[in-house]
Amino acid sequence: MSHCFTEVIMKPLGDSALIVQLGEGISPSIHQKVQALSMLLNTYPFDGFIESVPAFNNITIHYDPVLVHHTQLNNLANNQSSLTSFQIVCSNINELIQQIDDTQKVEARLVEIPVLYGGEYGPDLDDVAAYHKISPEDVIRIHTQSDCLVYMLGFAPGFPFMGGMDERISTPRRETPRLSIAPGSVGIAGKQTGVYPLETPGGWQIIGRTPLDLFRPDLSPPTLLQAGDKIKFVQISPEEYHSYKEMKR
Amino acid sequence: MTVKVLNQGLLTSIQDLGRYGSQKYGVIVSGAMDKYSLRVANLLVGNNENEGALEVTLLGTSLQFEKDMLIAITGGDLLASIDGEKAPTWRPILVRKGSVLQFKSPLKGCRAYVAFAGGIAVQEVMGSKSTYLRAGIGGFKGRALQKDDVITCSEMNEFSTLLFNKLNKRNGSFRWTVNYDVLINLQQTQTIRVIRGTEFDRFDEKSKRTLFNEPYTLTTQADRMGYRMEGPPLSLAKEFELLSEGVTHGTIQVPPNGNPIILMADRQTTGGYPKIAQIISADLPSMGQLQPTAKIHFKEISHEEAEIELLKKEQIINEIKTGIRFKGLYI
Repeated sequence: MSHCFTEVIMKPLGDSALIVQLGEGISPSIHQKVQALSMLLNTYPFDGFIESVPAFNNITIHYDPVLVHHTQLNNLANNQSSLTSFQIVCSNINELIQQIDDTQKVEARLVEIPVLYGGEYGPDLDDVAAYHKISPEDVIRIHTQSDCLVYMLGFAPGFPFMGGMDERISTPRRETPRLSIAPGSVGIAGKQTGVYPLETPGGWQIIGRTPLDLFRPDLSPPTLLQAGDKIKFVQISPEEYHSYKEMKR
Repeated sequence: MTVKVLNQGLLTSIQDLGRYGSQKYGVIVSGAMDKYSLRVANLLVGNNENEGALEVTLLGTSLQFEKDMLIAITGGDLLASIDGEKAPTWRPILVRKGSVLQFKSPLKGCRAYVAFAGGIAVQEVMGSKSTYLRAGIGGFKGRALQKDDVITCSEMNEFSTLLFNKLNKRNGSFRWTVNYDVLINLQQTQTIRVIRGTEFDRFDEKSKRTLFNEPYTLTTQADRMGYRMEGPPLSLAKEFELLSEGVTHGTIQVPPNGNPIILMADRQTTGGYPKIAQIISADLPSMGQLQPTAKIHFKEISHEEAEIELLKKEQIINEIKTGIRFKGLYI
């Protein structure tokens, strides 16, 4: 069942969190393991578990060492505990890892993100095209044909770290970052593509904008995208962009 | 029961113990920079320790009470006064209708906490009253307090009412105070205990020694998100690329310029810089009381010792909790 988990490493991130390393580099197969362990943790949380944060090839687990300690004392009638909270948490996680079944894949959602490319909403589209000596239309075609996968969220609420963009449009970050990038902006930085949920400074090449809200604190979950989602970008016209915006009001 | 903001000061925001459970969505934890002071402030007025309270930064904040109220002031000593008289701190106090509470300047520490009996009546967002300034959610309308804002407080519970009535009869405050120096250190030169970070071994030998032998100074780029430190630069033994992964409160990360950054309450959920060390949880509240130019000596302890130090502090909080109950009921 879990024969391929010999490479699991657990590293303390201080006294109240730890990082469970499930592999090296970025690949959909390691991502599957990260997703599987995240789901198990949320379904069978141990006493003292606070939350888990998936990343490309590891998961950070935040826990309350005081609660872990007291739970242990309560469970031991004779009070002769000698395990640290960290050791207890590690053994709990090890048990969960044993339950990961590689043959069972977590079903991914497919999310379409409508994008108005170019113009004032995508000021770097022409630069990206010029960098690769192709037309702006080619950039849009390649971007919309990419099958992207959300590996993790971070940096800002709802900001997806995605892999899978066609490398023919990989472009280095801008030399001078912009002081302000509008929410919904779709950008490229190196091999990555992403969407800015909030207004922030940033150095990504902005090629378009989506009318969707990536962060919606009143809803549960509070973000449009989640780790594990498959993403397809879809080109829309200015009229469609504005009717999306109207619909939200 | 309402409180009016006469002056917002440098930065005053509503914080509780933080917004947990949404970091996987990139939603930051926020919460009080000095959690022990927040917890004690709440306990002193009979609140749940996780209740939202005001976090006052350095100076300038001034509040007017529009009714008689039970409050407590803890944290750094920011020369708090009530109607011009030195305000008692670290104990429950009754303030009269029309009174003005003012924070003049930081004598010791950086942040004070004001808890109101009953708690602050604002909506929880994703399970917390903490203000997430950058995303504009939580706390008071998602932002720091401003002049003329009016904060409303909720109904007091039974124990708060009992404290309120006792103080009302005695016309003032109790004689007893909580001894805070067993919980937090307000000195601006101090030793902070750390354990090794996940990438400690990736740093060169000189950096590994320097971190524990040389002092580091807080620069003026120090806020709720993090502290940029200045001192002998730290460097990796060999360059390598780290993918973004989880970070936490007290993570000490080192960007390519070699000056460490300490992540604080409003840190991002993930980061991509190598992590040389991690401040132990028991010392984080003291970190929240440091001002720019403060000097830190990092001292390495083991992971096991870090857990023991945290359990000791929890024990102290428990004793304070019991003490407040006892004194409130019988003294």
